[in-house]
Amino acid sequence: MKHKSVSIEEYLEAIYKLSRGDDLVKTTALANYMGVKPSSITEMLRKLADKNYVEYIPYKGVKLTKKGERLGSKITRKHRLYEVFLWKVLGRRPNNIHHEACEVEHGVSDETDILLCKYLGSPAKCPHGEVIPACDINVSSCQACNVELSGRTTRKENLRPLIWLSEGDNAKIKFIRGESKVLRRLYDLGLIPGTKLKILRRAPLNGPIEILVRGSRLAIGSDIAINIFVSKD
Amino acid sequence: MHKHGKISSLKLKGKEITIALAGNANVGKSVIFNQLTGSKQIIGNWPGKTVELAYGKLNYKDNEIILVDLPGIYSLTTYTQEEEVTRKFIAKEKPDIVINVIDASTIERNLYFTLQLIEMDIPLIICLNQIDMADKKGLIINFDKLSELLGVPVIPTVAIKGVGLKELIDTALKNINRKPSKKIKYSRDIEDAISKIIDYIEDNNIVSPYSPRFTAIKLLEGDQELIEKLNVHRGLINYVEKISNKLMKKYGQPTYAIIASQRYMYISSLLRNVLNVKEPHKTLAEYLDVITTHKIFGFLTSLGVIISLLLWTFYVGDFLSSIIEKLFNYIFIASPNLQGTLFEVFINGALGGVVAGIILVIPYVLPFYLFLSAMEDSGIMTRIAFMLDTLMHKIGLHGKAIIPIILGYGCAVPGIFSTRILETRRERILASLAITMVPCSARTVVILGLVAAYLGVEWALLIYGINIAIILIIDYITSRMYPGETPGLILEIHEFRIPSLKVIFRQTINRTMSIIYLVFPLYIVGSGLIQVLYKVGIFGYMDQILSPITHVLMGLPTYTGTLLIFGFIRKELILLLLPQITGTFNLTSILTPQQIFSIALISTIYIPCISTMATLIKEFGPKDTMIITILNISTAIFIGTLLHLFYTLFP
Ligand SMILES: Nc1nc2c(ncn2[C@@H]2O[C@H](COP(=O)(O)OP(=O)(O)OP(=O)(O)O)[C@@H](O)[C@H]2O)c(=O)[nH]1
Ligand SMILES: [Mg+2]
Ligand SMILES: [Zn+2]
Repeated sequence: MKHKSVSIEEYLEAIYKLSRGDDLVKTTALANYMGVKPSSITEMLRKLADKNYVEYIPYKGVKLTKKGERLGSKITRKHRLYEVFLWKVLGRRPNNIHHEACEVEHGVSDETDILLCKYLGSPAKCPHGEVIPACDINVSSCQACNVELSGRTTRKENLRPLIWLSEGDNAKIKFIRGESKVLRRLYDLGLIPGTKLKILRRAPLNGPIEILVRGSRLAIGSDIAINIFVSKD
Repeated sequence: MHKHGKISSLKLKGKEITIALAGNANVGKSVIFNQLTGSKQIIGNWPGKTVELAYGKLNYKDNEIILVDLPGIYSLTTYTQEEEVTRKFIAKEKPDIVINVIDASTIERNLYFTLQLIEMDIPLIICLNQIDMADKKGLIINFDKLSELLGVPVIPTVAIKGVGLKELIDTALKNINRKPSKKIKYSRDIEDAISKIIDYIEDNNIVSPYSPRFTAIKLLEGDQELIEKLNVHRGLINYVEKISNKLMKKYGQPTYAIIASQRYMYISSLLRNVLNVKEPHKTLAEYLDVITTHKIFGFLTSLGVIISLLLWTFYVGDFLSSIIEKLFNYIFIASPNLQGTLFEVFINGALGGVVAGIILVIPYVLPFYLFLSAMEDSGIMTRIAFMLDTLMHKIGLHGKAIIPIILGYGCAVPGIFSTRILETRRERILASLAITMVPCSARTVVILGLVAAYLGVEWALLIYGINIAIILIIDYITSRMYPGETPGLILEIHEFRIPSLKVIFRQTINRTMSIIYLVFPLYIVGSGLIQVLYKVGIFGYMDQILSPITHVLMGLPTYTGTLLIFGFIRKELILLLLPQITGTFNLTSILTPQQIFSIALISTIYIPCISTMATLIKEFGPKDTMIITILNISTAIFIGTLLHLFYTLFP
């Protein structure tokens, strides 16, 4: 029983990574990533669809539902936070910690997740350069999380980092991760939680993102955009 | 060319009226300043041109007015150097009135700064500039309503065409000593907190440089400078901390976030009564935008713009140069001459300096600055910064740093000044290191006059290519050895503009004229002196000292030593003095093509010239200047030797 839920989480994590939240993931791509034959994952995908984690369209692929995205991002976050812990705190080398994190992620409680995040100073990326998703506490900045932990609520919507959005997308700022210096600058420029923005364009090679916010255009480097979390309209 | 920003700080005396121009970056403050005072502040379509206070005089209706151009900033909380400059100026110098210049086409964000000026409780009027741009974007603004709601007079202007500037000054003069008539109200809790802090300040007779309300708000916002200043009053700081913590608990956000969001909420509700949005016009600018930032074309345009700058400079410069040379040959022929008395030799040398300056320098500098000014005023600079951000991160900088570096192609001095748009000292030094090795217009003259003229344009372009590679490598290595993080890019992008011909011409003339004033005397004295000293034979000695490097390692003639020493004063002297030293204008008869190539490449990187060095010392102090200089020299020796080796192996 326990084993099954672990593999569900593994699949959601994989789909989450491949879909960046809401793209359609081809069955073959997923099978490739998991290292199994495409025919052998159909059963799993049906099961995920039954539990309302994904929409499964035979011969086309899968798409995460809201519920699926939520769980996928949670597991991904725990995985990557734990990797940062192994790397930064224990001094492990990044090249052989992935598997260990895959084992541990399923056992990390939400409480530990938050404490780990705080302890590590709200890191933005895992040692391999992948984005760490936002937590699901209903706060708009990490500073707020430090002030008050008791009586917190969880967010209703799923958040995505700005760097996952495409040209033309509209979104609303919900949460900005990180130190207060950058936060202040962004607030001064009007990027306040609740503000609507539009992605105007993205520079190639993981370059800056240009957004339209409050009638003015701003170029935001990807290392800052990785910390700006939005809900898509 | 070197008159950047700091035009002598006139002492502010009693009887003049001081008016300060403050506002966000790139709203048109310097255009207004130049229009009214006839000054020569740099204008262009990218944020962060003015980095220091500039003063200018204006006589208007029997009033002696001193106008002050302030750096553009987004907030009055001290975070950047420019913000501190502006806030301190307003607090300390107490201008008689501040004109808050607003870009009407981005009014919502601009008003955020306006609200803070209103909080400072100082005499204030608003100049709503760039009405034409707002119009293009379909923004219709009700000025009277805006003025009524903010409690501040509002004057609409189109500064670039001079529209509304007379009314602006009239209104400023009329409102001296008139402070804003409205207060920006925050939510109940914040207002409670503010008045508690004001009470504390007043009860304890605490002296702050700012008004009590402004002090209270900034303390709540956690303003570092103010907290340090008032740190002696531990009681106050603790009190503020207690209040802040309570607010943070309640709102679940730090207080600066609460205050910032309430300001923006205030602005949104204000604009509902002031702003009407219509369908925007589609403009040519938008198509340009698509091309310049296209995934592939964008890089090509960035590259293309820089190459065109060089090709344009060479071809136009060459054309002008040959015409002027022909004209000159009708008048007299100046050829280096070491015969006669020392005085005759000096005069002959000095004349040669003038002629060379006119034939070789002016023709190239003029078209170069024309193109650069057009680039600056179009808005392409921020697009290049956007496209090159990722590349710049590889050398420890972010995209914005490309702007000072491009300015460095004009002259290193304003380039280094403008590194102030970067956030950290580390970035500023890395960018300045790059700028010291960028071929500025003086070095361009050397490259074009030597390499392009004698070897062909393609070789000149090769020099630029190699130069860029050297800069990337040196900055890459230095950024690894100089620990620290590179902050991310946050850069405002402004609409493309058809460059204003008037602005471009004026800017070109100003920059060229300052070359004439500043460096022609140097050419004259330099070339006169060098011939005399040469005749006397002093250089033989210096050449000998340097010959292990110039001759043995780099395979150049020993007199290169003299050239490089003079190049330290002005880089173009390397080209100008070559005929004086060798006694001929026909350089191919005395130098091999390889040597010409080496001299040109070495001269771009071997040392910051004297005015660059002075600027470096002013901005970063002697120690870092020394490090940069040593990096320059050792890179040059290394590259020179490498080239020599290469020539020997592959003749
Ligand atoms: N269309 C239009 N353009 C304007 C107007 N006023 C200024 N500009 C342009 O706006 C740009 C910025 O003008 P500047 O005067 O350099 O701006 P600034 O406020 O001094 O900018 P910083 O020194 O960088 O803070 C330039 O390209 C000007 O040509 C205007 O009324 N209409
Ligand atoms: Mg300016
Ligand atoms: Zn990882």
